[in-house]
Amino acid sequence: MLGFLAFIPRAVAQGIPLLFGCTGEIVTEKSGNLNLGLPGVMYVGAISGVIGSFFYENSVGAGEVNAALAILIPLMCSIVGSLIMGLIYSFLVVTFRANQNVTGLAMTTFGVGFGNFFGGSLIKLAKTDLPSISLSKTSMVFRSQLPFAKSLGVIGEIFFSYGFLAYTAVIIALIVAYVFKKTRVGLNLRAVGENPATADAAGINVTKYKYLATCIGCVIAGLGGLYYVMDYACGIWSNDAFGDRGWLAIALVIFTLWKSDLGIFASILFGGLYILYLYIPTGMEHMEFKELYKMIPYVVTLVVLIFTSMRNRREDQPPQSLGLNYFREER
Amino acid sequence: MRGISKRFDHKKANDGVDFDLYKGEIVSLLGENGSGKTTLMNMLAGLYFPDEGKIFVGGREVAINSPAGATALGIGMVHQHFKLVDVFTAWENIVLGIEDKYDVPAAKEKISQICDRYGFVVDPDKKIYNMTVSEKQTVEIVKVIFRGADILILDEPTAVLTPQECERLFEVMRNMKQDGKSIIIITHKLNEVMAISDRVVILRRGRYVGQLETARTNPQEMTDMMVGRAVKLDIERPEPVNPAKRLVIKDINVTDVEGVRKVKNVSFYMNSGEILGIAGISGSGQKELLEAIAGIQKTDSGSVKYIDENGNETELIGMHPRDIRELGVALSFVPEDRLGMGLVGNMNISENMMLRTFGESHKWFTDREKPRKVAENVVDVLEVSTPGLDTPVRRLSGGNIQKILVGREISSNPKVLLTAYAVRGLDINSSYKIYDLINEQKKKGVAVLFVGEDLDVLMQISDKIMVLCDGEVSDIVDAKKVTKNEIGFLMTSLEGAKASGQ
Repeated sequence: MLGFLAFIPRAVAQGIPLLFGCTGEIVTEKSGNLNLGLPGVMYVGAISGVIGSFFYENSVGAGEVNAALAILIPLMCSIVGSLIMGLIYSFLVVTFRANQNVTGLAMTTFGVGFGNFFGGSLIKLAKTDLPSISLSKTSMVFRSQLPFAKSLGVIGEIFFSYGFLAYTAVIIALIVAYVFKKTRVGLNLRAVGENPATADAAGINVTKYKYLATCIGCVIAGLGGLYYVMDYACGIWSNDAFGDRGWLAIALVIFTLWKSDLGIFASILFGGLYILYLYIPTGMEHMEFKELYKMIPYVVTLVVLIFTSMRNRREDQPPQSLGLNYFREER
Repeated sequence: MRGISKRFDHKKANDGVDFDLYKGEIVSLLGENGSGKTTLMNMLAGLYFPDEGKIFVGGREVAINSPAGATALGIGMVHQHFKLVDVFTAWENIVLGIEDKYDVPAAKEKISQICDRYGFVVDPDKKIYNMTVSEKQTVEIVKVIFRGADILILDEPTAVLTPQECERLFEVMRNMKQDGKSIIIITHKLNEVMAISDRVVILRRGRYVGQLETARTNPQEMTDMMVGRAVKLDIERPEPVNPAKRLVIKDINVTDVEGVRKVKNVSFYMNSGEILGIAGISGSGQKELLEAIAGIQKTDSGSVKYIDENGNETELIGMHPRDIRELGVALSFVPEDRLGMGLVGNMNISENMMLRTFGESHKWFTDREKPRKVAENVVDVLEVSTPGLDTPVRRLSGGNIQKILVGREISSNPKVLLTAYAVRGLDINSSYKIYDLINEQKKKGVAVLFVGEDLDVLMQISDKIMVLCDGEVSDIVDAKKVTKNEIGFLMTSLEGAKASGQ
């Protein structure tokens, strides 16, 4: 029981980057853009934050960091970084009507390369022996908890032991769900993703909606990268450490049937599956099983994809024009 | 509209067209396929922007840059392919894109007011994908009126409706006219032009030909103006020569993917040199029945026997569709969205011809010469309006796409020809071309199955008519003796059929 209670906060911490990525991708996909560049966007979101915070920490030197600046600088850098990624993607796909799959995959390759390149450069600048950058001061600020968390025992551990970005993720997911269900903007955006010709004929500015949704989606996803470095990884950037979380986030979008409120639970579940191998006792002589257990989230993803594709309810299908570009005068 | 021109890839879709519409009148826009009717209207609706020419609304020159701009001017268009989001409810579709307060109860209230005023029946909470074609169309019209349109453009609104649904639509249109709204209706059906419109404007090959007062004209005059020469408006019905049983269908049952029985115990036979018409409300199992015969659709039970000229019998159930086709059973099904079955939109005309024949040669490389000749022939005989044989089929207008589909099936020299909705949305000239082609096949001794929507045509061209109702055979009647009302009755009720048969 105690082991399980200790497991939950770690699963949540694992799940938050996925939740950011999943919510961001839902917003993007609802506009009909299948952004397979999501892993790249999350990388860029992470490294941009790291760059900002690195220079800030260097400028402060050995002194104390200002808490507000320590949060704002990486946050703004991260937002700008992923926003630029979103703009590049929208520009290619919406304005030039480039193939979405190819563009997305290129963005992922680019984003990962961008992250590793600047990560490597910063490591050189930092002149450390380790292949990583440690931004412990910034991370401390990002991870600061509510003051009463410690005093609440188990409940505090499960609900109040996270940095502010974790709560931001949940709140964003809830807001997104509300916007889609209850507002005109949500209705219009869904129409753009389902049937852009209809939306266009109804007087909705399809291009504007696609740009905005893609860019906002990218910014949200980028925050997932920032959370990963600053909170989950305690401010330590090392190349490729983010791994394939971006792809898992895309799989989560399908798993949650494009519903970001469901995404909150789904991402924590997947976060748990991601680290489950650490909690299954294997003994010393069978370490190879650990590698098999690491496969669990991917196996579950495959199974879920099979099940969701078997479902026939029309409301559970992907946005109808997902992956297709829109050109008004095309016949 | 004055001197409107619009070009697509060097081809002029509209060339200096003038068009007038007055308050409180219904105008029919008539023209052959590809004569630029829809293009002209799309410019009014803000989907295309004219290359040349001016548009005046209420005496003021306007530039309509977008659908929103058209809405602001009180112009609304109901497109042939409905612009509705399938997973949305009716009211969500209706309020879509309107930039005022998001007030659901008020919106629903306004919808029900519009419905009461003009006599629409709409359930605002019903999802679009659960609706029939007629209901979807109603939603489209309500949507346009909801936006305050005074000028309504209806692009072939009756193409997919049953006679009863058409009548209801016309009723609503008359109500709107009385309310001072102006309506432009694009249609091919001359009897509808006569029934509903005050004036008719005729286009030919993108040019304005002239206009007629409906009260002072007749179908023959309109057709001649539309085509540019005299056209015979009778469908010939040659007597079948030496009819022999060619296809015997016995107790066929088909269940679709959702587990609904679409065809129930259907039995009939087809004779060579005879046209068997099939009447029925769309979705009564016509598609499934044809597909079952062609081997595309799995059957639950029953048999389909093909009998060749020498009396040899072959069981078609269980055979591969390709083998069935090689026996000479050709299927040309024109679906509601036209490009759905049979043609590949991004491929050009001759490549689409190749889809049927590429398996015949067993060489390493495909033979491109033969399909090209077939394509040339089809384009030539059916007068397909296209920039060239290398144009992707998707770019052609709906009617031309259809000519290519039907032309290809006929050009394969079948023994049995299954056609469904062969003239759906086709203009009068092309329709008669297709009727002639089908009759030619009949004279060659081909057994023809003709699924049609227009009962008048069905009764003129067929020798026998089988009426389907909800997947069952309501009755098989002699086309020469039956009346339209009797068929309409058979289409809607099995019980009624039995009662009237007594």
